[in-house]
Amino acid sequence: MNSRVLAPAGPLAAPSGQGLWSLAWARFRRHRMALCGLAVLALVAGGAVLAPAITPYSPTALDPDHSLAPPSRQHLLGTDDLGRDEFSRVVYGGRVSLLVGLTAMLVGSAIGVVLGSVAGYAGGWVDTLVMRLVDLMLSFPAIFLLLILINWTGGRAPVLMMIAYLGLFGWTGLARIVRAEYLTLRAREFVEEARAMGARAPRIIFRHILPNAMAPILVQAAFAVAGAILAEAALDFLGFGLPPDIPTWGNLLTQAEDYITNNPVLAVAPGIVITLTVVAVFFVGDALRDALDVRTR
Amino acid sequence: MGSYIAKRMIQAGALLLLVSLVAYAIMNLAPGGPLAVYLHNPQVTPERIDLLRHQLGLDRPWYVQYTAWLRGLLGGHWGDSYYTGRPVLEMIAERLPATITLMLSAFVLAMALSFPIGVLAATHKYSWGDNVLSFGSFFVWAMPAFWFGLMLQMTFAVRWHLLPVAGMHEIGNTSAGDLLRHLVMPAAVLGVGSVASWSRYLRSGMLEVLGQDYVRTAFAKGLPRRRVLNRHVLRNSLIPIVTIMGLDLSVLFSGAVITESIFGWPGLGRLFLAALNNRDYPLQMAGLMISAALLIFGNLLADLTYAALDPRIRYE
Repeated sequence: MNSRVLAPAGPLAAPSGQGLWSLAWARFRRHRMALCGLAVLALVAGGAVLAPAITPYSPTALDPDHSLAPPSRQHLLGTDDLGRDEFSRVVYGGRVSLLVGLTAMLVGSAIGVVLGSVAGYAGGWVDTLVMRLVDLMLSFPAIFLLLILINWTGGRAPVLMMIAYLGLFGWTGLARIVRAEYLTLRAREFVEEARAMGARAPRIIFRHILPNAMAPILVQAAFAVAGAILAEAALDFLGFGLPPDIPTWGNLLTQAEDYITNNPVLAVAPGIVITLTVVAVFFVGDALRDALDVRTR
Repeated sequence: MGSYIAKRMIQAGALLLLVSLVAYAIMNLAPGGPLAVYLHNPQVTPERIDLLRHQLGLDRPWYVQYTAWLRGLLGGHWGDSYYTGRPVLEMIAERLPATITLMLSAFVLAMALSFPIGVLAATHKYSWGDNVLSFGSFFVWAMPAFWFGLMLQMTFAVRWHLLPVAGMHEIGNTSAGDLLRHLVMPAAVLGVGSVASWSRYLRSGMLEVLGQDYVRTAFAKGLPRRRVLNRHVLRNSLIPIVTIMGLDLSVLFSGAVITESIFGWPGLGRLFLAALNNRDYPLQMAGLMISAALLIFGNLLADLTYAALDPRIRYE
């Protein structure tokens, strides 16, 4: 990135000559819970990436002779009603849940950044149009609309469709934030300078202003990942999520519902993993907000 | 103030009208259209579907249909369920008391818990109790609601047999005590998120007010601490909370879909889920419209009380 564009202004400016990112990291490190959060996320993400290497069984291998087995050395978290190894299923579930959370955030952020920045930079009727669209989106409780849309397509959403849907419902907050940033940034000298040098709008919007608006976008993106993971799990539970044969954390929990008396571990374990992952994301996002000095609303 | 209220009401009405247009479009853009449910039924012949289409007026241009639908919506004729054939409004009226009972209990529970928690956290800032509470609220937000419900069922119903697992009444028992026993867990699941957020807002609101000059003056006058906290601090930190409460109305309604489904609570949320599974479009649209109306009017209510409570706020 162009270092001149990133030249810090305001409270982050330091005489020491340190860059913005190393300063931010120094602030971030002060938050112990956020460092724990990073560790948890590294563990979960590592597990998801290395799933085939660290799981003793295939997440779909049936073993009806050992169904609903309690935790043991062979099966760390026991087995489910079909004898599938719960530990392997939780680890593989992390793959799906994290993938959906991250990509849904990317889709939502892309829409939010593009619409928010164009609205904030262009102003006028473009701005009005985008903001009214945001108002309209926010007039529907997302879960009702999501359920209806998923129901159109057969009651279950394949992975790609789930990502698209969650992304489509996850851009409004970011669009508002980005628009507000652009409203103030577009009047700054460096934008005027770029315009005077003959830069065209797309270049100004994405090359000159965007790097300066990154801080609130990153913070919002962190919370968007958490929201998408929780939303996907809730849809799984309601029976409108990913197909039941895909091991996701939400599906594992839903399938465990019938066996809370026989094998409670099945219901406890995936819930703890979801909660810890989302808490970790919250702490990281919170520390990021402090480190990057994003104004809290 | 009067003209401000009128202006906001008109805006809310316009938004709701737009919402109804989108809802109507969704219903009619659904693959196969509103009669899709019959297309897969081998007992319904194509001729019969054509007849139905004509009877339901689905062969008219969309704007004629939309205005007819809207007129019905305003006049209390919300159409008949495609699945049961009964009027949608009648089905909703049956289920409404259960959902209102649930939402109201969650609301009251959240108020009863979040106020003491918020005040304690603010008056004992950075104490271990405050730290535990702020940590706890992160956990509450991170917890999937249905998992929390499952854990409650596992502990209090299955293991300790203290509370019924699900439902609203034992068969044949309509006493208030029985209802209350069935309400505890659903209300806790639905309200716990609001407990966390309201207590956080109250805490930060009180901390802000505690730093004001007039609070220092009140203490300097020698007023008892209790009196200052009640009269000067709490009252002034309530304004943001009232706003959050208004916004949470629709959050509670959305949450009711999940909570009712965990606990088999016979309310609107489960009716809506059943409408989805049965492709019962008129009922689905009613759910969507009710939830949107609750959200829009919740926002309006929040804004208006905000203006009424804080004399510094003057809308033109």
